Amino acid sequence: MTSLFWAYAIVWLLFAGYALSISARQKNLQREIATLKTLVEQKGQAPAGRSRP
Amino acid sequence: MYGALLGAPTERTMGDIQRIFYVHVPAAWTAFAAFFVVFIGSVGYLVTKNFKWDRVALACAEIGTIFCTAVLITGPIWAKPVWGIWWTWDARLTSTLVLWLMYLSYLLLRDFLEEPARRATLSAVFGIIAFVDVPIVYFAIRLWRTQHPQPVVFGGEESGLDPTMLNVLLLAWLAFTIMFVLLAILRVRLEKSRDEVRQLRRELMMQ
Repeated sequence: MTSLFWAYAIVWLLFAGYALSISARQKNLQREIATLKTLVEQKGQAPAGRSRP
Repeated sequence: MYGALLGAPTERTMGDIQRIFYVHVPAAWTAFAAFFVVFIGSVGYLVTKNFKWDRVALACAEIGTIFCTAVLITGPIWAKPVWGIWWTWDARLTSTLVLWLMYLSYLLLRDFLEEPARRATLSAVFGIIAFVDVPIVYFAIRLWRTQHPQPVVFGGEESGLDPTMLNVLLLAWLAFTIMFVLLAILRVRLEKSRDEVRQLRRELMMQ
């Protein structure tokens, strides 16, 4: 019975851990995308600002 | 879970430890399905050179490896009380371990390659070659004498399974398949976001 418990527990922890890792990686990437988009916009505006008389 | 732990009848010779079967077998079938999608994705990329196929192949390789890990964990947990040993180098167990190592290598290979087109092409070739081991794993217990139990589903006239056990097994497989599809959708979305980050970094460097 102990073996049965450990088999099910380990498998569900493995799947839950994997699903959580995907979620965490996705959150980090969304944050990075937001930061990069802001930087791209700022860099895109900077030369135009400098070229004005 | 309910079906596997309470719904299915207790097996006569092994007792409750046999209930590991309801996780072990569906996990193996789902891993095979995932690796088949890697094969399709790899062929798709080589034919079309569209990165969409590469993303699908990568997602399914990672998920298939997770399911294969579940198979390699639950097998020895079942084997110890039933066989008295955790592991034996028979054809089924060894070919499954080789399968797991090959897809792990596939994932590691991707980390070592920087250039996207080169990475996708080499991974696709590797994904096709690695799939050759799937039929070897499946037929290992049919072709060679192994310590691993003989098939109880699609195993011929002398094999079979109690109808309730078969229903629980198929239900567990359906649940694992749904979980695989959901994880694949999430994993492909993650890879799309990763590509967007790469694209934004390139734009930032070019400005």
